[in-house]
Amino acid sequence: MLHTKSLAEMARDLKARKVSSEELVRTFLGRIEKYNPKLNAFITVVKEQALQEARTADLEIAGGRGGPLTGLPMVHKDIFCTAGVKTSCGSKMLDNFVAPYDATVVERMKRAGMVMLGKANMDEFAMGSSNETSFYGPVKNPWDETKVPGGSSGGSAAIVAARLAPAATATDTGGSIRQPAALTGVTGIKPTYGRVSRYGIVAFASSLDQAGIITYSAEDAAMILQVMSGFDERDSTSVDVPVPDYVAGLGQSLKGLRIGVPKEFFDKGLDPEVAAAVQAAIEVYKKLGAVIKDVSLPHFMLSVPTYYVVAPAECSSNLARFDGVRYGYRCKDPVDLTDLYMRSRGEGFGPEVKRRIMTGTYVLSAGYYDAYYIKAQKTRSLIRQDFIEAFKSVDVIMGPTTPTPAFGLGEKTDDPVTMYLNDIYANGVNLAGLPGMSIPAGFVGKLPVGLQIIGNYFDEGRMLAAAHQYQRETDWHTRLPKGYEA
Amino acid sequence: MSLTPDDVKSIARLARLAIAEQDIPAYAKTLSSILEFVAQLDKADTAQVQPMAHPLVGAAERMREDRVTEHVDRERYQANAPQAEAGLYLVPRVVE
Repeated sequence: MLHTKSLAEMARDLKARKVSSEELVRTFLGRIEKYNPKLNAFITVVKEQALQEARTADLEIAGGRGGPLTGLPMVHKDIFCTAGVKTSCGSKMLDNFVAPYDATVVERMKRAGMVMLGKANMDEFAMGSSNETSFYGPVKNPWDETKVPGGSSGGSAAIVAARLAPAATATDTGGSIRQPAALTGVTGIKPTYGRVSRYGIVAFASSLDQAGIITYSAEDAAMILQVMSGFDERDSTSVDVPVPDYVAGLGQSLKGLRIGVPKEFFDKGLDPEVAAAVQAAIEVYKKLGAVIKDVSLPHFMLSVPTYYVVAPAECSSNLARFDGVRYGYRCKDPVDLTDLYMRSRGEGFGPEVKRRIMTGTYVLSAGYYDAYYIKAQKTRSLIRQDFIEAFKSVDVIMGPTTPTPAFGLGEKTDDPVTMYLNDIYANGVNLAGLPGMSIPAGFVGKLPVGLQIIGNYFDEGRMLAAAHQYQRETDWHTRLPKGYEA
Repeated sequence: MSLTPDDVKSIARLARLAIAEQDIPAYAKTLSSILEFVAQLDKADTAQVQPMAHPLVGAAERMREDRVTEHVDRERYQANAPQAEAGLYLVPRVVE
């Protein structure tokens, strides 16, 4: 069963010539053909291109030129620009857009020899927590197809959960990697702001956006993050900090690891069964020698409202570029330039994106800028300061990723605030620029629960090690949804 | 903070978004609920707090030498344009 192996195992098999990249790619393309109609997790599948890349990879491996990731299949979220392949960002606005260049992340993974199978479905412009705002229709959760997979990286998460690919890139502006990873029972990591280049990623909120990866396991995530990370002069906020050897660091002992558990994360709003699963996971860490400490994030409750000022403000500014002139959707028969702008944008963007652009336009407009935007940048400082204080006495912070397991399709689409609160434990991490992760930590009924691990700045290695050692003690991350086993 | 249908129309105009008349009341409702929700921020005491300018403490925008690093590949970029001709992007007539 090729598809049940981890990326690390596949890499070993490739190197030992027990399997070829072409076989791996054919296996996953076959699974995509079989299961994707049920899940709607892909916007584009590039079958011929993938097979060709696989054959090239096989030649590299045969010639002894293969690297640790050569020939391994993966998927990119459709927010990453891929030269020659449609990059829609889940929007009608970019339904006809073929990127003229590769994102840095795409370029690095290509250079490492990884084979792209296609592009993953996502919430439109990454704005959503359920993958229901996509122009291409919602993605279904493989654990229960009447439930959402989370968002905005819902396609990436569903793909890895159903084993339609062993890894998928994703982005996280306010929880968009961690929340869908939690709701679909996979491992997702959002690195420190500035760790991975944003060049070639369609921008949503530039001070919050960060790319990461969704995989079966922490070990697999470490392998890929190694290649994704690092300084890029084409991203003005890319940080020039050396990238440690994440894979080599996975074995570091958890003895004496100080884990902070914020009491605010276990307050009202948290499903008691999710709380129990998360507490049980923390108990495992205790057995592994970690020290559990209570910490407090007093301004935690301000994180979602702060986020919903800052993110829409940046979104309204970033999405001003979609004007129907240079690329993207243009309305029919515009009478003048203003009509062209207004109707191209009005028809090209979906309702949630328009709502966020309008929220952002309002909070940035004359007379409201100080009351909303500056105020939110101040509360953002407070939220970050809470984390900085907490990290003075602990090495990592743990808690739930989401307040509940996956909710029903259509359940929260009428009320944006209810939808936004799904990211209550996630938003603060982006506001502070910290790295965060979600790993499978059990089930409520048949639905997966995620444990969130928040690390200190540029401490991804320690988070990955903590996740890896938990995954050596537990088997949640190896479970497959029913109906997707064979 | 409650927005009227007229407020929504003026915001949509500022944002250059054509919104159908029948959708205005729903936007007024959801946008008002968002603004009401974010109004909780007013309760936070931020008198002594500096607004955050960068997610990483002490980080500043990086400067680089002012030199040519990229060349415009006009034809390739304009392949995505809704309407282009002779290297120019076409829009409805602006000046009579």
